[in-house]
Amino acid sequence: MTVQELPGAAAYRPTPPPAWKPRTDPAPLLPDPEPYRVLGTDAAAGADPELLLRLYAALVRGRRYNVQATALTKQGRLAVYPSSTGQEACEVAAALALEDRDWLFPSYRDTLAAVVRGLDPVQALTLLRGDWHTGYDPREHRIAPLCTPLATQLPHAVGLAHAARLKGDDVVALAMVGDGGTSEGDFHEALNFAAVWRAPVVFLVQNNGFAISVPLAKQTAAPSLAHKAVGYGMPGRLVDGNDAAAVHEVLGEALARARRGGGPTLIEAVTYRIDAHTNADDATRYRGEVEVEAWRAHDPIRLLERELTERGLLDDDGKRAAADAAETMAADLRERMNADPVLDPMDLFTHVYAEQTSQLREQAAQLRAELAAEGEAR
Amino acid sequence: MTTAAVKPASMAQALQRAMRDAMAEDPTVHVMGEDVGTLGGVFRVTDGLAKEFGEDRCTDTPLAEAGILGTAVGMAMYGLRPVVEMQFDAFAYPAFEQLISHVARMRNRTRGGMPMPITVRVPYGGGIGGVEHHSDSSEAYYMATPGLHVVTPSTVDDAYGLLRAAIASDDPVVFLEPKRLYWSKATWSPDAPSAVEPIGRAVVRRPGRSATLITYGPSVPVCMEAAEAAASEGWDLEVVDLRSLVPFDDETVCASVRRTGRAVVVHEATGFGGPGGEIAARVTERCFHHLEAPVLRVAGFDIPYPPPMLERHHLPGVDRVLDAVARLQWEAGS
Repeated sequence: MTVQELPGAAAYRPTPPPAWKPRTDPAPLLPDPEPYRVLGTDAAAGADPELLLRLYAALVRGRRYNVQATALTKQGRLAVYPSSTGQEACEVAAALALEDRDWLFPSYRDTLAAVVRGLDPVQALTLLRGDWHTGYDPREHRIAPLCTPLATQLPHAVGLAHAARLKGDDVVALAMVGDGGTSEGDFHEALNFAAVWRAPVVFLVQNNGFAISVPLAKQTAAPSLAHKAVGYGMPGRLVDGNDAAAVHEVLGEALARARRGGGPTLIEAVTYRIDAHTNADDATRYRGEVEVEAWRAHDPIRLLERELTERGLLDDDGKRAAADAAETMAADLRERMNADPVLDPMDLFTHVYAEQTSQLREQAAQLRAELAAEGEAR
Repeated sequence: MTTAAVKPASMAQALQRAMRDAMAEDPTVHVMGEDVGTLGGVFRVTDGLAKEFGEDRCTDTPLAEAGILGTAVGMAMYGLRPVVEMQFDAFAYPAFEQLISHVARMRNRTRGGMPMPITVRVPYGGGIGGVEHHSDSSEAYYMATPGLHVVTPSTVDDAYGLLRAAIASDDPVVFLEPKRLYWSKATWSPDAPSAVEPIGRAVVRRPGRSATLITYGPSVPVCMEAAEAAASEGWDLEVVDLRSLVPFDDETVCASVRRTGRAVVVHEATGFGGPGGEIAARVTERCFHHLEAPVLRVAGFDIPYPPPMLERHHLPGVDRVLDAVARLQWEAGS
């Protein structure tokens, strides 16, 4: 039978493909045309003064933390430090928007968010000091280990959120990633799984302009990173990442939506990495001082300080109190990081498996003998 | 147990039964992967699980291996015990980053705080006429990654017992299923399944005195057949089925080689940089003074897996095993 001989050919009327049906209306998923702002806009009047003051104190402390950690690399006390200077609004808002029972999935640049969440800075910096890979119990703090391979923590956040929902727990996961990370396959797979499963997870992209040296224009041709959400069937939100009040509000809405079973949200926070990628990087090779200065003028602390001062919520005493508290934290961090950590080389074999293999027992014995010989040589 | 319950069962059925029993006993066990739900898997190994336990326990995921394993990591972080199916050996490669950078290291990274009780099931190996990317033996990649257990059964009993142990393990297990043995049958009772087999122990499948064939997975039946054929040549070959590549059972392997004085390692994976090199080195280091001949390897050629019409030239068969046995310096021996 040829195509021409198909029965009913004469009466045939073309119709749309039978399997096709409309899925999701993209219009409500689209991000605002411009980053959402609160500070310096009419929306600021509605902001809770107490929240603004909390954000301010945490921002000042966060900046001091970045300065101190950077100094510790110069003193050889940290192996490396990827600074979040200029991005403190995202870090602080992320930590403060979460409930205690929620989970945070940080990248290596997000130690500040972990610290604002209540983690001891020394524990948060363990990976970067180099005495172990993770310095804290993730389950105790509900903070996943700092993730070094880009975007690979995002599917973890989706899986954890999915598991929590299956169990009936009121838990949301907040996954943090940078603009460069959005090019990774794991970013795509995580967002797709999250949307299909309607997992209670929020993705916060800090678009800080650069992936080490590569600017966003070489990273993506998307209208914005927030627009990527639409392709997965989840809402995309665009927010001024230096406006702590705006980031906190947008995160709060996304978390509430996830909590009530509305599924995931992708948030792009537009910010800027004021420091180089890490202390080992030289940013002058790929960007000019004019650009950096423009962003310094849009500093997250300055933005909030202006709002609080204008509304009479912050005076010089208040500023001094915030600065003093930050200084106390920095002094404590400096002092404790100046002590050499006590390391047991035998730990190298302890946690590879639940039960050591015979091969590892042999190798542990070898190291133990080498250590004993070293001890005798001294 | 009634004798009526004992009937021939396939390895695929035993694997299904292992997952079913584990899911029934432990509500934290979740099966996930491509086509594992409604279809029951392309090899039907997960047949009926979604129907019995619901789609939240046996989940058809989007088609994305890194996403499957990556979300399984998060589920394990929250206390679940995921059993992940990778549809074919070579389709597991997109999940390598999650496996190597996270699954294998998470326990160590967190000082034991966050173990990864994940089983990654991978149908592997050739001999089924699969076209490109459906027949790889990828075990060497997994073996080279500290933190993973690498297990592969060769019998119906072991398929059940080892998979139960893998799912119960608090460490991640890459569970390699020899796909050409999926339909191999044994007299086995699904109503009184075999015991859970501890991971990490090799077993002597055939005792012998002349030489040891060290092998695993799909090559075990090949070696058993070679040993039968060798008997007519006057060689009494011992066959050791490793069952677990990591942890490696040095004790059973070396005890056998010390008895026989000669050894051949047999596997489908490519020889260069393959498991046989590690095994031959370990045996030589530990049994040198017992050896009458160098440890030989019979492996797949160092080529990309061949098209199905040529795969029989690549796969180690009985003749190639016997040729290696013949080269074990019999005339120079005692």
